Amino acid sequence: MHNKTIAQLAAGLRAGEYSSQELTRAILDRIARLDGRLNSFITVSDELALEQARLADQRLAAGEAGPLTGIPVAQKDIFCSDGVLTTCGSRMLENFVAPYDATVVERFNAAGAVLAGKTNMDEFAMGSSNETSYYDPVRNPWNTDTVPGGSSGGSAAAVAARLVPGSTGTDTGGSIRQPAALCGITGLKPTYGRVSRYGMIAFASSLDQAGPLARSAEDAAILLGAMAGFDERDSTSIEHPVPDYTATLANDLKGLKVGLPREYFSVGLDSEVGKAVEAAIDEYKRIGVEMVDISLPNTHLAVPAYYVVAPAECSSNLSRFDGVRFGHRCDNPKDLEDLYKRSRGEGFGPEVKRRIMIGTYALSAGYYDAYYLKAQKVRRLISDDFRQAFEQVDVIMGPTSPSVAFKLGERTDDPITMYLSDIYTIAVNLAGLPGMSIPAGFANQLPVGLQIIGNYFDEARLLNVAHQFQQVTDYHQQIPVGFE
Amino acid sequence: MQWETVIGLEIHTQLATRSKIFSGASTAYGAAPNTQACAVDLGLPGVLPVLNGEVVNMAIKFGLAINAEVAPLSVFARKNYFYPDLPKGYQISQYELPIVGKGEVTIELDDGSSKVIGVTRAHLEEDAGKSLHEDFHGMTGIDLNRAGTPLLEIVSEPDMCSAQEAVAYMKKIHSLVRYLEISDGNMQEGSFRCDANVSVRPKGQQKLGTRTELKNINSFRFVERAIEFEVERQIDLLEDGGKVVQETRLYDPAKGETRSMRSKEEAMDYRYFPDPDLLPVEITTEHIERIRATLPELPDAKRTRFVSAYGLSDDDAGFLTASRDVAAYYEQVVAEAGDARLAANWVRGELAGYLNRENTEINDSPVSAAMLAGLIKRIQDNTISGKIAKDVFEGMWQGEGDADAIIESKGLRQITDSGALEALVDEVIANNPEQVEQFRAGKDKVLGFFVGQIMKATHGKANPGQINALLRKKLSD
Repeated sequence: MHNKTIAQLAAGLRAGEYSSQELTRAILDRIARLDGRLNSFITVSDELALEQARLADQRLAAGEAGPLTGIPVAQKDIFCSDGVLTTCGSRMLENFVAPYDATVVERFNAAGAVLAGKTNMDEFAMGSSNETSYYDPVRNPWNTDTVPGGSSGGSAAAVAARLVPGSTGTDTGGSIRQPAALCGITGLKPTYGRVSRYGMIAFASSLDQAGPLARSAEDAAILLGAMAGFDERDSTSIEHPVPDYTATLANDLKGLKVGLPREYFSVGLDSEVGKAVEAAIDEYKRIGVEMVDISLPNTHLAVPAYYVVAPAECSSNLSRFDGVRFGHRCDNPKDLEDLYKRSRGEGFGPEVKRRIMIGTYALSAGYYDAYYLKAQKVRRLISDDFRQAFEQVDVIMGPTSPSVAFKLGERTDDPITMYLSDIYTIAVNLAGLPGMSIPAGFANQLPVGLQIIGNYFDEARLLNVAHQFQQVTDYHQQIPVGFE
Repeated sequence: MQWETVIGLEIHTQLATRSKIFSGASTAYGAAPNTQACAVDLGLPGVLPVLNGEVVNMAIKFGLAINAEVAPLSVFARKNYFYPDLPKGYQISQYELPIVGKGEVTIELDDGSSKVIGVTRAHLEEDAGKSLHEDFHGMTGIDLNRAGTPLLEIVSEPDMCSAQEAVAYMKKIHSLVRYLEISDGNMQEGSFRCDANVSVRPKGQQKLGTRTELKNINSFRFVERAIEFEVERQIDLLEDGGKVVQETRLYDPAKGETRSMRSKEEAMDYRYFPDPDLLPVEITTEHIERIRATLPELPDAKRTRFVSAYGLSDDDAGFLTASRDVAAYYEQVVAEAGDARLAANWVRGELAGYLNRENTEINDSPVSAAMLAGLIKRIQDNTISGKIAKDVFEGMWQGEGDADAIIESKGLRQITDSGALEALVDEVIANNPEQVEQFRAGKDKVLGFFVGQIMKATHGKANPGQINALLRKKLSD
């Protein structure tokens, strides 16, 4: 059962081949048996899952099932889920049982999905390797000496290892696409405002966006359909109709114009990764897609602008973790200052502290114009690059990450190299565009991701482009050894 | 040396919405601690603010009332600082782009002159919670009921040069927000409070002196006293060769003095930046016009109308229009009783006196406008004298019924039977030959003596005008 896609599982459930309770038990058993090798879950919600499966079976029996009814999924531990521990990968929230559901969780519940558990992640989603998690790193199922990418590393590893058929992630600078690439699965970061941020613990509010991780574009389409939509509790969510993302998957790609930004194929790109991406592009040409060379001239400014904007917002967003109302509080504070300093000093890990300090500095009196304001102007330039590109082409393609999965510990002492893992993904967040990563082959026995970037609200087209590739390739069907 | 005082005020007025500025929790005052704080107010992980549209409409009303530009685009910003009663570690406020721009109000001074005070800006923000230090030994309690309550912060130009002007300005703004029904203006509950920026400089000097900021003053009297104390303190300091330090000071009403809270060096860097959780507030001209159409008649216009329509003095009109409720009460009295000046005298005199003494709002007055009108009618038709009317008013205040009932039950009807009065006059004249002589010798004042005698005999129920006339007639016979 674990090798089946969401679409296949839903069909099986409806046909009565197995019940949601049977499926859920199988999934929970598999997690219990195999996750010791990966550490992809922080919390496995057995009891809740079985209860939800029981209710899903009732819905299935009553003929009221939707495409996700009875399907076990994992939520990144950044989404608040009522009555379930929600840690955000941090010691700060080691004891935080959320008293409410995030909109994303609420929507999955309404669809009848089963919450298998909460996945491991970089602390407060700050990281590209899952090594900043307080709950120990996640390992990549393709090679457990390597990282799964981050920050949605637990979600990506769990899906790649067939522990769950689908999961959610969040993407602030590449945190869905990069781990999807490194783990050989399909991940989609929607347009900013497409999915509600309510109940999703904020890292950088103007960049954060939730999306699905799955083993195929079709499954990602099903998951996104459940997640997307306007939410009056999130002022930045946008009222825009949600199409049936599965309806257009089969559309022919003949005549589609794809832009290849030359900046994405230059220095810093691992040559083996480059070859795999070129091969994927050739595959697209064979199915009638037209490739166009384009330029996104301000690409080099994306990482520096991001590392001003994201830390600035996070320095403010993380102020609420002060030991006063919830989360970690130090023992025997001697006064208020001590309460703040020790609670935060003990509760946050080094990467989170680094970003809080960068952000605090960037927003300080006298530096605001030089850093934050300038970074916002750069954002505009980057958006303009994309706007011009989309006047010529329908989608943009390139590598998701400059390299395949790297070894655990290899980059932890070098934040700059770590930050450059997201060099191709960050600009998409700064512009608020949708982007995907799909399996595009292997380099050194490790998966390579192809990134597909679309215009605003063009998720259906991205999924269509991805799905057509998956009709003529089988990279997405490869199974890591030991997780068959 | 001659000194000149420069004062600017920042007034925080709580907007009278039912729910909070960024959440659906109630804003009602006085609930048990933390019972009116939802997930958003508590700043739980993952929650997001959603702007209450009513708050924007209220700010627009204020902007229109002070003739200010309402910004077509304004932006909420985060003011970052740590404090236990500030749940998110930042306050959502407005910084570079406030909703209301430059405007002005006119204040009336005691000498009858008026002065225009500039309003620099007014912006929307959320209130913080409350720290409770008394009830918890060695600890501090946090009540977040107030967290997220909408505030409009109204910042004036440094246009005031005395404590009295500052109070007049504060009263004017207070009157305006109550007229507009955007705030209850309740100062005890903290719905209307101010910070005063105070500096002094030698008379004639252009450059402003170093200022201090007096924090969180919540009564007109305290504002006056705090500023007076602070001005004197600064002048003493400078005259002794000292220097004023730029700092935040707290007014202690018990001791009647201000004391240092924190200096400029300790001043915080709030690291303002636009709140990425909220969209910029866009306001169309059409929307502004729709709001303008709902504005009530404002105090200045009403005052002018009261002078022209009712023939009142500017001073009386000012008193009667300072509060919308008082003006409405007055207009109802006039509508029913007719005599605008008599009505003004009664509202401003007897009624205001009672309200003040008993600390009662006009809307809670036991003497309604209709009852006061009923009383005035009895004065007009000579049923009672003005003097007796005061007794009747007291009866009405005590809940003894309306004017007619009291006049009837107490037998206060004026003696207008001229036969009976004539007999009394004759009797008084006959009994006081000495005074009659004096009067006839030209001592006109003695007339008062005769009037007094008759009022005494009738227990005040005689009509003084009628007695006067009768006496003059009889005495000159």
